[in-house]
Amino acid sequence: MPTVSVKRDLLFKKIGQSYTDDEFDKLCFEFGVELDDVVDIDPKNVEYKIDIPANRYDLLCVEGISTALAVFINKKNAPRFTKTLPAKPITTTVEESTSPLRPFVVTACLRNVKITPEAYDSLIDLQEKLHHNICRKRTLVAIGVHDLDTLSPPFTYSCDPPKQIKFKPLNQTKEFVADELMEFYLKDSHLKPYVPIIKDEPRYPVIRDSKGVVLSLPPIINGDHSKVTTSTKNIFIECTATDLTKAQVVLDTMVTMLSEHLEKPFEAEATQVLYKANNETKIYPLLEYKLETVDVPATNKVVGIEMTADDMAKSLSRMGLRSTVGPQSGKISVEIPPTRHDILNQCDIMEDVAISFGYGNIVPSLPPTSTVAAQFPLNKLNFQLSECMAQAGFTEALTFSLCSVDDECEKVLKSRVDMESKLVRIANPKTQDFQVARYSLLPGLLKTVQANKNMPLPLKLFEISDVVYLDENVDTGTRNCRHLCALNYNKSPGFEIIHGLLDRFMQLLEAKFQDDYCLRAAEDSTYFPGRCAEVIYKGKSIGKLGVLHPKVVENFECNLPCAALEIEIEHFL
Amino acid sequence: MAANPLIDKVLEYLSHTETVDTLQLATEWEEDHQRIVGAVKSIQSSGDIIEVEQRSEVRTELTLEGREFVSKGSHEAILFAAVPSGGEGILLPDLMKITGPNGKIGMSKAMQAGWIKSVKEGNSNRVVRLKESIEDKVQETLRNVAAGTTELDKATMAEYKKRKLLVQNTVVFMVLRKARGFTTVIEKPETDLTPEMIASGDWKTKNFKAYNFDALGTPIPAGHLHPLMKVRSEFRSVLFEMGFSEMPTNRFVESSFWNFDALFVPQKHPARDAQDTFFVSQPSTCNSIPEDYMNRVKAAHEGGSYGSSGYGSNWKKEEALKNVMRTHTTAVSARMLYEIGQKKEFVPTKLFSIDRVFRNETLDATHLAEFHQVEGVVADKGINLGHLIGIMKEFFSRLGIKKLRFKPAYNPYTEPSMEVFAYHEGLKKWVEVGNSGMFRPEMLLPMGLPEDVRVIAWGLSLERPTMIRYGYDNIRDLVGPKVDLGMVYKSPICRLDKQ
Repeated sequence: MPTVSVKRDLLFKKIGQSYTDDEFDKLCFEFGVELDDVVDIDPKNVEYKIDIPANRYDLLCVEGISTALAVFINKKNAPRFTKTLPAKPITTTVEESTSPLRPFVVTACLRNVKITPEAYDSLIDLQEKLHHNICRKRTLVAIGVHDLDTLSPPFTYSCDPPKQIKFKPLNQTKEFVADELMEFYLKDSHLKPYVPIIKDEPRYPVIRDSKGVVLSLPPIINGDHSKVTTSTKNIFIECTATDLTKAQVVLDTMVTMLSEHLEKPFEAEATQVLYKANNETKIYPLLEYKLETVDVPATNKVVGIEMTADDMAKSLSRMGLRSTVGPQSGKISVEIPPTRHDILNQCDIMEDVAISFGYGNIVPSLPPTSTVAAQFPLNKLNFQLSECMAQAGFTEALTFSLCSVDDECEKVLKSRVDMESKLVRIANPKTQDFQVARYSLLPGLLKTVQANKNMPLPLKLFEISDVVYLDENVDTGTRNCRHLCALNYNKSPGFEIIHGLLDRFMQLLEAKFQDDYCLRAAEDSTYFPGRCAEVIYKGKSIGKLGVLHPKVVENFECNLPCAALEIEIEHFL
Repeated sequence: MAANPLIDKVLEYLSHTETVDTLQLATEWEEDHQRIVGAVKSIQSSGDIIEVEQRSEVRTELTLEGREFVSKGSHEAILFAAVPSGGEGILLPDLMKITGPNGKIGMSKAMQAGWIKSVKEGNSNRVVRLKESIEDKVQETLRNVAAGTTELDKATMAEYKKRKLLVQNTVVFMVLRKARGFTTVIEKPETDLTPEMIASGDWKTKNFKAYNFDALGTPIPAGHLHPLMKVRSEFRSVLFEMGFSEMPTNRFVESSFWNFDALFVPQKHPARDAQDTFFVSQPSTCNSIPEDYMNRVKAAHEGGSYGSSGYGSNWKKEEALKNVMRTHTTAVSARMLYEIGQKKEFVPTKLFSIDRVFRNETLDATHLAEFHQVEGVVADKGINLGHLIGIMKEFFSRLGIKKLRFKPAYNPYTEPSMEVFAYHEGLKKWVEVGNSGMFRPEMLLPMGLPEDVRVIAWGLSLERPTMIRYGYDNIRDLVGPKVDLGMVYKSPICRLDKQ
């Protein structure tokens, strides 16, 4: 969830109303944003940190938040955004060379802008927030904002060999060749994350004007030549992209937010993009208004309220969706502005009705759904057995399902070669502790012993939980299997105790010794030679018990003998 | 009768006198003082027989060296005696041979006292007497101290202490008097009933030692359930009481399809980043997705179907095939709802699950790479947001959480969505306790569910309310192999409705 910092006084000035922190917190809560923090630098310079839902790109700057809230409290009407198409629009030609790497560009022009220092900061911040969120750290879309008066349109967007791109990047004092620039920015903590997006490509994307001046090297950096300052009058915005839909959303957002600062507010100048590959031209920004018809009774039914068409239209208008009753009865016509790309479907409009009505005002009631509940049989068995294990004097441990390869191999004296083909592996663990899904519960229990060596003896522990096996018969190629593991850690191994626990377990499940289950001597490297047996239930091996190999005990930094049991319990369902 | 003969001796002594102190008895009987104190304590524990008053006294006692002075004389007197009378005297080395290790001290003290002198002679010294006879005052004084017949002045005391001839000890002793129940014959009270007493009926006449009710009993050896699993059982009961059936969530590995795509999570959503999700490298992909359903999901994502504009970008099957450690149990809810959608006739359903989910998070005091998610789902025709709020209130009130409020929120698969906040009386603030919403039509319609079926759902972590309720600051104190078993041993039964 993005967090936006805004100056409180500026925000209240723009909304047209002042609040105490508590009142503002309440307003935010109702509207669906969250006043996360109040940073009190000094009484005249209070900053609000506001958490914004991830799909509301229109709320990522003070212009957007203040407009939305002012409309919500009926202080303003939602602005209407328009675009004018000049006879000779500014054109950007897209060369075919861009298609493998970053095939799209969308552009817009804003004339006669007044960029106050606050507006400038807000512009930079908004760009940053968009880059970080919808632009997926510039992989999907990268934004460039330029002082149009320093440039000579038309523009060309192409992908060129790095050696052929030479320019002075933003806020640098000298010119760089693009490949040198990549090396240079690898050392820049701010830009370093973006370098890999293009670094090893044979060609880099570049936008130039008709005189060859480099506007930007997307998605890395703009040129210094066309940089925007507070004295900039006319702005050119370009967004290069791998995802056209997102680029259009980003451009609409930049234009709608910035257009507040125009001499003629909310009026953008349309520009043209010419795709050389098919000679197709497109006009941007889209600034589209979509019309939706909302069914009033259906909406009431989903939200659980009784609202008239008139009230619903007013409610939606407060949410920035200008709405009118009709033309058919029981319907309202809703206009989705270019700021509300989050609205994909009727349910999104219904949510706005609910928010406007107030979640707190909806009358709660229990659903009429009458059902008969049932337990998941495996969990039922699990819970019953857990109780029984505790009754038998064992204490339940709760360990992690992810572990290191080492935990399942070297530490329990299993061959890595053998085990590697059996383990479900994690591709991207942040630490060694999460390399694989566990194959057995024993390592987790031994770690619990390790952390509790100083507790009074004996330590009698158990866990009933899932391990993960590879299994081609399941769609994911893996299968959970529920295990019971128990151990006795004391001055003597207490094999008879673990053995007794197994007998008790079998007795509780009505399995008879010899008839239903028996032990069969087995060799297992985890256990001390001659002190390990397989548990055979109805002719099938379901696990093992025995005295752990002294080296296993030592591998978990323990020093006393230990007997353990680990079996699959799904055979008893 | 009494095991310790001193007990009888003390009582016998006290029967003839008003009062006596234990030091006095020790001296008189030449008995170790501590043994007498032991006997007194035994008598005390047998009831109201004697009154005991504890006192202390500073006593001056001779050291071993001091006692030697009394018996053999001071070092200086011994040295003096070793010097022959007359002008001949003795050579210093010879004198030292006679007087041994204490000769040096004796020499210096005797010279100080003016009893002898040392004259240089060649390479050595000759020691001669200055007096014919001397009086060993130190020996005399110490003898008197031992007999208790003298009080030393401060300077002498300091000097003798410095010479380690005597020490001053604080002696604790007891003054004894008869008490109301004084008797010379004590019967030792019985500690407990025995089978023999019951058989013989002895218990009727026996005295029993009083129990100490101020002490704790013996810790009972027992097995224990883990506190988080106890909370899990309690949540489970609450959900059964509310008519919810348990989902089979025993699958930790999910395909991205069921974990994300089926839930209308866009393929370019940050939750699908390696930063947030554990991807599985063995086996890296799932081997099947229901083909028809997959195509409908693809259509929902790309837009133009189910009344939705979708996400407007290409949906790729390769992305959907990638296996992940499930990031939520909602993947299983999706499977269940899909199954319901495949049935000929819709059956209203209430489902829940409580199981492990995985996030590739940076670990801190409140975040682990895996935690338990609690999830509830209701699918029925004609249910609304008011029902969701109603069910939240019911559910949370059974967990002892009565004050709730709901904040509009965003979640890719629910719309409307609500974050659930609870007022924490201890912290005096609203804390987020869960998420909820109505599943989007883009998720439900491709599953084959009828258009008028709405599905409300909510989720929360099991750990967070448990930490808040039982006051854990660090999640590692509650979950994982490093928890203190002492904590597990002491954890109470789970009664969430009792605050």
